[in-house]
Amino acid sequence: MSPVVRRKEERFALPGKYLLLILTLICIFLMLLTFGTSIFEKPLNTSLGYVVVPFQEGISRAGEWLSNRSEELAQIRVLLEENARLKEQVASLTEENTLLQQDKYELNELRALMELDEQYGEYKKTGARIIARDPGNWYTSFDIDKGTEDGIEEDMNVIAGGGLVGRVTAVGPNWARVTAIISDNSNVSAMTLVSGDNLIVSGDLKMMADGVISFSKLVDSKDVVVEGDKIVTSDISDKYLPNILIGYIHTINQDNNNLTKSGYITPAVDFEHLSEVLVITDKKQTIASPMENE
Amino acid sequence: MLRKITVAFLILICFLLESTVFSHFAIAGIVPKLTIILTSSFGFMRGEEEGMLIGFFSGLLWDVFFGDVIGFYALIFTYIGYVNGKFSRVFYPEDIKLPIALIIVSDLSYGVLCYILLFLLRGRFDFLYYFRGVILPEALYTIVITVVLYPVILKINELLEKREKGSSQGFV
Repeated sequence: MSPVVRRKEERFALPGKYLLLILTLICIFLMLLTFGTSIFEKPLNTSLGYVVVPFQEGISRAGEWLSNRSEELAQIRVLLEENARLKEQVASLTEENTLLQQDKYELNELRALMELDEQYGEYKKTGARIIARDPGNWYTSFDIDKGTEDGIEEDMNVIAGGGLVGRVTAVGPNWARVTAIISDNSNVSAMTLVSGDNLIVSGDLKMMADGVISFSKLVDSKDVVVEGDKIVTSDISDKYLPNILIGYIHTINQDNNNLTKSGYITPAVDFEHLSEVLVITDKKQTIASPMENE
Repeated sequence: MLRKITVAFLILICFLLESTVFSHFAIAGIVPKLTIILTSSFGFMRGEEEGMLIGFFSGLLWDVFFGDVIGFYALIFTYIGYVNGKFSRVFYPEDIKLPIALIIVSDLSYGVLCYILLFLLRGRFDFLYYFRGVILPEALYTIVITVVLYPVILKINELLEKREKGSSQGFV
């Protein structure tokens, strides 16, 4: 019996190497192909989407329920305190809101006078639920339960709780992948609300534990930007719609070159407890490149 | 055939668990790698070929749903399956030390490879930070899960092998 088994093993040893070679070549070929184009992505996204996504939706809901229950028990006291604090905040915000309403009324009047269009009015949005998260521990991305069938396209912006979450980087028929702005491979062109100075907001795995993301290349020659200032997406970004809140400046430092500043931003979104997001179905209008027109 | 279906289900279940349930129970943002446990255990239980194929397909699932390019994780996982398959000649089901050691080494090398390819090449040089903050905790968490998951995988494989043996003897 044993020599037969041995021979069988030896006969399999050679194809092993070939199989490894074949699989390696397939992987490299796929990588090269998908790096520049998206030929393969569509069939794969579609077929796997139909197999995996329904399960993800179900299990994710169950997992969320479980973690919510365990968190509920742990957090009741904290929540009570937070509730009292939030009630105070609601009172002050209501007051602020009335003031702002008055300002807005005035603004609309003035805009009408100046014959300006409402430039950044309401964007069209659609809600989506997070069904899976990247288990890779290196980058932060997640899947949502809406795709091309619901009108989602690549590069659409995703927000939650009034702040920017990220943008859609891949779509299937019934799911889409959102890469978060806190992901280490994400860069967002942003500006300060106070002075309109541009800066680059980049995700940073190292700072993720502290709940902040880094920013750089802020030109602030008049020193008007201070900690706590609002950072929003800039007008010149070609993927992000303008004036979406990213977060607040946490720390700010002068760079060694004495020209630019960098530091950290506290994001407006609580990425740890994100379960529902809004996808803005309006896309940033980009100018067609002159090459295409010629 | 039964083996193929069972293994396909195992891959799917492991991928689903790590991307949904375990991401809710992530400790310090670290998710254990069930698919690495699966790839590497089938590698040393069944040999290079099966390890490679399981690695390839679970990597492909990762690539489609979370990867920047398709084929990146598939390649890493294929090699994990292949290298683990090399140890199938010294594997005994009764021995728990070798599987644990192999899974730790697989997960660590996966982490280091990811660091080199995804981070070092983009100029993030603080290897020690990433090793302590991501790679090591991930390996430890994965080992804790291995203690629970590995016996299950071993049992499933034993049942499959028993069935295959029975049917092949029936044919002879």
